Amino acid sequence: MADHAAHVPGLAHHFVSMEQQKEAGTIGMWLFLLTEVMFFGGLFLAYTIYRAKYPDGFLQGSHLLSVPLGGLNTVVLIVSSLTMAMAVYYSQLGERKKLLGFLTLTLILGTVFLVVKYFEYAEKFQHNLFPAYWTYNPAADHPPTQYHGQVQVFLWIYFMMTGLHALHMIIGIGLLLVIMFMAHRGKFTKEYNSPVEIFGLYWHFVDIVWIFLFPLLYLTGFHVGGGH
Amino acid sequence: MATEVMAQAEESQTNYLNASHTVKSWLLTLDHKRIGLLYLFSISIFFAIGGIYASLIRLELITPQGDLMSAETYNRVFTMHGVMMIFFFLIPSIPATLGNFLLPLMLGAKDVAFPRLNLLSWYVFMVGAILMLITIMSGGVDTGWTFYPPYSSIYSNTQVTLAGVSIFITGFSSILTGLNFMVTIHTMRAPGLTWFRLPLFVWAHYATSLIQVLGTPVIAITVLALGFERTLQIGIFDPKLGGDPVLFQHMFWFYSHPAVYIMIIPSMGVISELIANMTRKKVFGYHFVAFSSLAIAVFGFLVWGHHMFTSSQSMYAGMVFSLITYAVAIPSAIKTFNWTATIFKGSVSYDTPMIYALAFIGLFTIGGMTGLFLAALGLDVHLHDTYFVVAHFHYVMVGGAIIGYLGGLHFWWPKMTGRMYPEIWGRISAAIIFLGFNLTFFPQFIVGYLGMPRRYHAYVPEYQVWHILSTAGASLLAIGFIMPVLYLAWSLKYGEKAGDNPWMAAGLEWETSSPPPTENFTYQPVIDHDAYEFEHVKEIKEAAAKEAALQTA
Repeated sequence: MADHAAHVPGLAHHFVSMEQQKEAGTIGMWLFLLTEVMFFGGLFLAYTIYRAKYPDGFLQGSHLLSVPLGGLNTVVLIVSSLTMAMAVYYSQLGERKKLLGFLTLTLILGTVFLVVKYFEYAEKFQHNLFPAYWTYNPAADHPPTQYHGQVQVFLWIYFMMTGLHALHMIIGIGLLLVIMFMAHRGKFTKEYNSPVEIFGLYWHFVDIVWIFLFPLLYLTGFHVGGGH
Repeated sequence: MATEVMAQAEESQTNYLNASHTVKSWLLTLDHKRIGLLYLFSISIFFAIGGIYASLIRLELITPQGDLMSAETYNRVFTMHGVMMIFFFLIPSIPATLGNFLLPLMLGAKDVAFPRLNLLSWYVFMVGAILMLITIMSGGVDTGWTFYPPYSSIYSNTQVTLAGVSIFITGFSSILTGLNFMVTIHTMRAPGLTWFRLPLFVWAHYATSLIQVLGTPVIAITVLALGFERTLQIGIFDPKLGGDPVLFQHMFWFYSHPAVYIMIIPSMGVISELIANMTRKKVFGYHFVAFSSLAIAVFGFLVWGHHMFTSSQSMYAGMVFSLITYAVAIPSAIKTFNWTATIFKGSVSYDTPMIYALAFIGLFTIGGMTGLFLAALGLDVHLHDTYFVVAHFHYVMVGGAIIGYLGGLHFWWPKMTGRMYPEIWGRISAAIIFLGFNLTFFPQFIVGYLGMPRRYHAYVPEYQVWHILSTAGASLLAIGFIMPVLYLAWSLKYGEKAGDNPWMAAGLEWETSSPPPTENFTYQPVIDHDAYEFEHVKEIKEAAAKEAALQTA
């Protein structure tokens, strides 16, 4: 029977040891990330098929996106992955102040990403470059923009993919706040810090998805010297 | 005497059922056994709803004219039958009830890896189910459970989006269960319980969980895309806006084909346990059976196009899908041969679970082989969208999956409840189900081959005799399904009390009390032998010792 006098802080009752608990949590998160790959995978499939079908539309559509803003967001996320990795490192050393510091930096960077995304989306809505406008605008008897249907296909793919990604960022920031709260309360020690690492896996994953999205959506036909 | 003391101890023993009685202790339980029962209760209700829809279908089809209901209503009826049965009964059935209950016991663990996630998975399932019930009450959906656009995305006036949201949410329940099981099997096996000492039920659930984890997210994104298509008309599947309706079919079937393996592989796991224990012989070709579960899971992801031979898909793609579909039948056949070899020279007892296991072998073979008819490109052109397809999948899903579920339910009933069901009623209802099932669905092979299309409520008079046979069978089948509900419920109060191991079966779950205590074992199990080693079963050793004592006396 479990010896309650020897209760290890942070160890759930159905686990035999901290190692088992950590292993279970880590495998669990990797499996969950695998489901996320399959989830986003459906959209990547749609992207592949429609880009092959409508190369011009995708080229033109990609020109509508701002490479500087997208590039900034890419750098922001990569740096946030670095700060997250540092946070994991300090959690394993049991250094609470540094842990909280790097978690805060990660939070700020994640928020910057979302703010930039907001401005990008707002600009699209302003120019009627959002799919729903084309069918729901009863006053228009011609398409609200001069762009043809192929560009519209690109745009709904852009919104679905980046929208789903942004949703995962929002969820990630929510979870990050939970981790920060736990860190603030001093829950993480040298012995028990796996939630930080496991959350880190999720954060890195959301970053990696963006690293695929950025070139596929923003950099179609992009040439370094010759401009877009 | 020792037996009196033991009887007294059993009376006052706390187990997971009587540990606490409040509603809150059930609705907020973290005990995998209670969660299994929560699922058992809810999916039984959804099965009943699906069954009511089935009855309406069979009633309509007694006569060639569409006289009981309009075509539009009939569309809703068969759609909701399929949706309820597939998403709210078959996919959860064995994993969420028997899997949840038995997996930690079979592994010698105290619970699954993530008990709170387990409870969440049930709540997510119930939210999805409630949304589907609301869909039903708002008139249901009429697109067929396959939701093909452009009908589902543009022309249908039913609650497609709400149904889509429901399925999206319910899918997460499946994903979380699968994730939980995989991590549990990887990390929480008792000392000495290596992978190749695991019961085949565990292997089956590992393979199923793999499919759940990899496949379900794809239906999620598909249904999400369909929802956006329907509400915002963005044009993913609409040719007028540059989209492709066949893309939906590809994405849909990429999940929905593996989904049928989610439904059958756990049942095969049950059959392995039933046959081994009811013939008191270790499963022939254990490694082959274990690996075949994995093979079915992997190959199952490569055959989705066999649902789309007539969809304008490339003929060459069709050939590849056809070939791989033939390949995926091989591991299933391997299992069937191995089960048969297990029975050979075994000590067979014809209790209810064994009757179900034998029924499974016969019915699944028919269902599986008729799948091969459909996998042949030329034949499929004739058989696609006929009742032949309907008969095929009911043979595997009812004759296979549900029969296995019922067999398992009866086999582990004493373990779960501490009571035996009345054996005579078990056998009678198994016989009624077997007869009713065959009478319902065999005529459908014939009428389908003769050309009767599926999803039609009216047909030419030449087909009527087959439909009448089928409806007669369905009535018998309904009686057969209702009987276990009644006698199993009866047994909870009046059934004979069961000991730890009434079947003298091999397996860790039988080495604890019936019902088990909340923490599953009062000691840390340690394993030093393979699965199905009957010499190690305590009750068998005791019986053998008694026999030897009598002989020397």
